[in-house]
Amino acid sequence: MSSAPTRDLAQVRSMIVRQKRRDLAFAVLGFAALTLCFVTFVALFVDMWIDGSSRLTADFFTNFASRRAGQAGILAAWVGTFLLMIVTAAVAVPIGVASGLYLEEYAPRNRFTAIIEININNLAGVPSIVYGLLALGMFVHVFGLGASVLTAGMTLGLLILPIVIVATRESIRAVPGMIREAAYALGATRWQMVRHHVLPYSMPGILTGVIIGLSRAIGETAPIVTIGAVTFIAFLPPAPLTGEPPFVSFEWLFSPFTAMPIQIFNWTSRPEVEFQQNASAAALVLVGMTLLMNAIAIWLRYRLRRNLKW
Amino acid sequence: MASIPQDINRTAGAGRLAYSKLRHANERIIEWFLLAAALVAVATTLGIVFILVKESLSFFAAVPLWDFLTDDQWTPLFSDPHFGIIVLLSGTFTSSLIALLVAIPLGTVIAIYLSEFASDRVREIWKPVLELLAGIPTIIYGYFALFFLTPILQQFIPGLPGFNLLSAGLVMGIMIVPYISSISEDAMRAVPMSLREGSYAMGATRLQTALHVVVPAAFSGIAAAYILGISRAVGETMIVAVAAGMQPNLTINPTEPAATITAFIVQVAKGDLPHGSVGYQTIFAAGLTLFLITLVFNLAGFWLKRRFREVY
Repeated sequence: MSSAPTRDLAQVRSMIVRQKRRDLAFAVLGFAALTLCFVTFVALFVDMWIDGSSRLTADFFTNFASRRAGQAGILAAWVGTFLLMIVTAAVAVPIGVASGLYLEEYAPRNRFTAIIEININNLAGVPSIVYGLLALGMFVHVFGLGASVLTAGMTLGLLILPIVIVATRESIRAVPGMIREAAYALGATRWQMVRHHVLPYSMPGILTGVIIGLSRAIGETAPIVTIGAVTFIAFLPPAPLTGEPPFVSFEWLFSPFTAMPIQIFNWTSRPEVEFQQNASAAALVLVGMTLLMNAIAIWLRYRLRRNLKW
Repeated sequence: MASIPQDINRTAGAGRLAYSKLRHANERIIEWFLLAAALVAVATTLGIVFILVKESLSFFAAVPLWDFLTDDQWTPLFSDPHFGIIVLLSGTFTSSLIALLVAIPLGTVIAIYLSEFASDRVREIWKPVLELLAGIPTIIYGYFALFFLTPILQQFIPGLPGFNLLSAGLVMGIMIVPYISSISEDAMRAVPMSLREGSYAMGATRLQTALHVVVPAAFSGIAAAYILGISRAVGETMIVAVAAGMQPNLTINPTEPAATITAFIVQVAKGDLPHGSVGYQTIFAAGLTLFLITLVFNLAGFWLKRRFREVY
């Protein structure tokens, strides 16, 4: 922009108009980009709904997979997914929360802690299929656990561990230091302070992270396929409660299983159109589960941000 | 947690000392337990490296490393096996490139829009929507690419096969957009307001401020977002396994079907390979290659992200 006095005022004005027009054009472009993502989102749903909604009957949820597409259902798949999520949570929640607590409240600031932190950061970026290879080599062949619910649950548990750890650390960090000082001033030990103050206050945030982690795990296909769980399953794992003492059985942990994403993968690889309809119906159910979990997490976080003012 | 025994005379030093010792021991045990939990993450990394390296060493005992890197055929399960990883890398490279050509422009524009143009209300509405988009299982994106996008693309590109890298790459791009936009937006929002105010005071528009002030200041964060996006694209499995076919094919033509490293692992693991065979070890060699590639990108992204944090 020259400061020469000879510069015509009209020229400056036209430059301003030009810049403003560009500004507006970019705003439109940005909105268009967002809309494109949203349209994809909607198209995904509409497409699945058109293909699959006719298959969403009660029978679909109570039938086993079948060679006849019209009779096939997702009973084994949704039960398997449910059991899988229990094991995943049982692995990821205690270990993740304990790691987060250690790193925020206990760990000295030294090289050793830095190594753990870099390591967790890196784990978050490892492709999920590599976890599948770890499980195949370690859990299936070294520990001899087979392609069982336990193997898959532990794999998914390790997979979402970084998500749970990061969520735990963030919500612990949000607890103000004066709470800790107050607890110490009353003679609490570090663990008493953590157990009675830090942990309860950060619980909603941790819960949000756990739900987001599980919603990621529920749709993970690659690691479970890698451990070799793509067989035809037309039975349920043994029930966890039995008629005779000791009434509780853990046999289901070692049972072969199938899960929603695997069932979808199986059906998409069949050439018949009927199986594609099954795949889209099952996909609809899976997306429903994922979105529900995500919506709960987002709602929780929104409430949290509104209610919590230190 | 130990509770105070009833019979302790509170003035007696010995009792208090015993209680204090108990508390101390308790604290130590808990601390060790928490440390053990934190070490699970380290053990996971070591486990991954151990398994990948162990099986790959057996693989490279049977297949020379030089052949692995230079052979131009990938036929590990044929009677005349060839192990040229370059074939799988070409599939991974092509699908990732398409995905990034979609995700980087879209993600950057969305990040600039949300950070510099949108009102708080608009941002509050759109961010959760993008998060939901990121939460959709990738197997469903794969299904979408194969049964929705490919038929549409076939109308425009005659002769496009049912399995192709183009459709898988485009859908993968949409999948990666939320990752890129969210990290870049965080980086842009971390740029201090005073820089923007300075720019506005000079009469700059929002676009000029965004492009000449905010983006350069947040550059390393944005670069980290791109790099993490690349790492996602390279490691993505189900979209390419479902929609790009699993035929190894040395090509960079996106309208052809091809297998990526990840799709190959799925294909082999789906079958029934005996434990300990060269075919079984192949997936670990492929997995090690994948792990090393993503490791380089992750470390670079991590380094850039930390650098941008240190500036402000």
